[in-house]
Amino acid sequence: MTPPFETAWQIRRRARLLAGLGWGGVLLACLLLSAWVSEAYPAALLAGLPRVGEYFAKLVPTLHWATLFGGTKAEGSLAYWFYRLDSWAWLLFETSQMAALATLGGAVGGLLLCFPAAANLAPNRAVYLLCRRLLELFRSVPDLVYALILVWAFGVGPLAGILAIGLHTVGATGKLFAEVVENADMQPWEGVRAAGGTWLHGVRFAILPQVLPNFLSYTLLRFEINVRGATVIGFVGAGGIGQELYQVISFNYYEEISAIVLLIVLVVAAIDLASERLRGWAAGQGTP
Amino acid sequence: MNEPVLHLRGLTRRFGAKVAVDDVTLDIPSGQMVGIIGPSGAGKSTLLRMVNRLLAPSAGSIRFGELEVTALSGRALRDWRTRCAMIFQQFNLIPRLDVLTNVLMGRLNHRPVLTSLLGLFSAAERAMALQALERFDLADVALVRAGRISGGQQQRVAICRALLQEPRLMLADEPVASLDPRNAKVVMDALRRINREDGLTVLCNLHDLDVARDYCDRIVAMREGRIVFDGRPDTLTEARVRGIYGADHGAGTEPALT
Repeated sequence: MTPPFETAWQIRRRARLLAGLGWGGVLLACLLLSAWVSEAYPAALLAGLPRVGEYFAKLVPTLHWATLFGGTKAEGSLAYWFYRLDSWAWLLFETSQMAALATLGGAVGGLLLCFPAAANLAPNRAVYLLCRRLLELFRSVPDLVYALILVWAFGVGPLAGILAIGLHTVGATGKLFAEVVENADMQPWEGVRAAGGTWLHGVRFAILPQVLPNFLSYTLLRFEINVRGATVIGFVGAGGIGQELYQVISFNYYEEISAIVLLIVLVVAAIDLASERLRGWAAGQGTP
Repeated sequence: MNEPVLHLRGLTRRFGAKVAVDDVTLDIPSGQMVGIIGPSGAGKSTLLRMVNRLLAPSAGSIRFGELEVTALSGRALRDWRTRCAMIFQQFNLIPRLDVLTNVLMGRLNHRPVLTSLLGLFSAAERAMALQALERFDLADVALVRAGRISGGQQQRVAICRALLQEPRLMLADEPVASLDPRNAKVVMDALRRINREDGLTVLCNLHDLDVARDYCDRIVAMREGRIVFDGRPDTLTEARVRGIYGADHGAGTEPALT
């Protein structure tokens, strides 16, 4: 005879298994539906793959061992491949500066909005909801769309790019910051408020010291994302290396495409590594 | 003495359907050291938190002399909180800031918002903070982060912060519940000192009956949100203690822990 607990256990197990299968089936159906809608057929994937390789083959520069380290005039040399290194380097520098400025500006905006957008600090429900929705608004519009609008307003150039990335960054960092604030220890807050401090005093002295290392870490992470974003945003005329990349792509200057992409990868990787170091250090500051 | 009296009249606080503090009426003359005792959940903390309006009362009134505390808001409320300082069971210091800055938090409401936000305190205020720290043997940790010193030291730092508010009244919510007996004695001695030397009224929640008996002029006992005893410590007999903490506390068993 099975003991009653064992019977109950078996029933529970079977119910869980059925529920798991049921939800799994729903998920599979959704997946198939989305594949059908977006026309992501395996056949199309297979048909297109060789052409990806073809494109890459065209991007590979012609390099000759004999002249590899020759001057810019020597065909088949590295210098010939990167013959416009000086202007590309400047554009890459411009791109990283765009990302830096946009990140800084956006993070300041996020910092201002995150405290009233945190459920534990918001002075009332209306302010909380307003700030949350505002952050969502900033975040839900892609920076490329902002750039399109701003290029129209401010003209072609980096300013539009900085503003576009900055606006999106306000929303992205603001939400993350608000969540950090919501996890903050509220005992210091109570202490400051009980001593007669204002809301601003509480934010400044009780909350900010706790959350600053996390804020710094999230800002650096956003900076890494923004550097990548800034390389693309030039496609719509918002400055930086992207503008140049768009041109060489549209003119099919294959060797220049590969040269620029390689430079972008190198710069982004270097910035990622440096920022990762900084983030590690910032996280270490999080312990009291 | 013409110092104002703290009047609580019919003070009530509900959390949903639960009544945490039920119709409490109490007069606390200036300069008294009052211990509020009772089992956990009796409403001691809620009562104290209503006095400095960290919690709003559901009904009843709080008056300090002529000042109607129940209706205060904004600047006037902050002024009131400055006058009735509070110390907490978990100290509620800012662990990442140094001890001196923590003590200076008591001055926030004494200077313009802008300068205090920038953390600009005057030399006189720093001297005042250091003097308070010296009084409780803490001067040598003035520049150490508050999170790095012992619990007993943290609670004394919290007392210094409270003193810099230049209060008339000191509320203490289970000030020694997180401390070992030796540190508990140091902190209770500090509270007695500010009561005796500075003439501050001290209103102190305690779960340890012995501590309350040793230090307080007057004991108020609460049970299920109501006051069930109010008198001098020596009139708190064994039978009355059983009444406060329930019948399961046999003779000779002191309710030392909650």
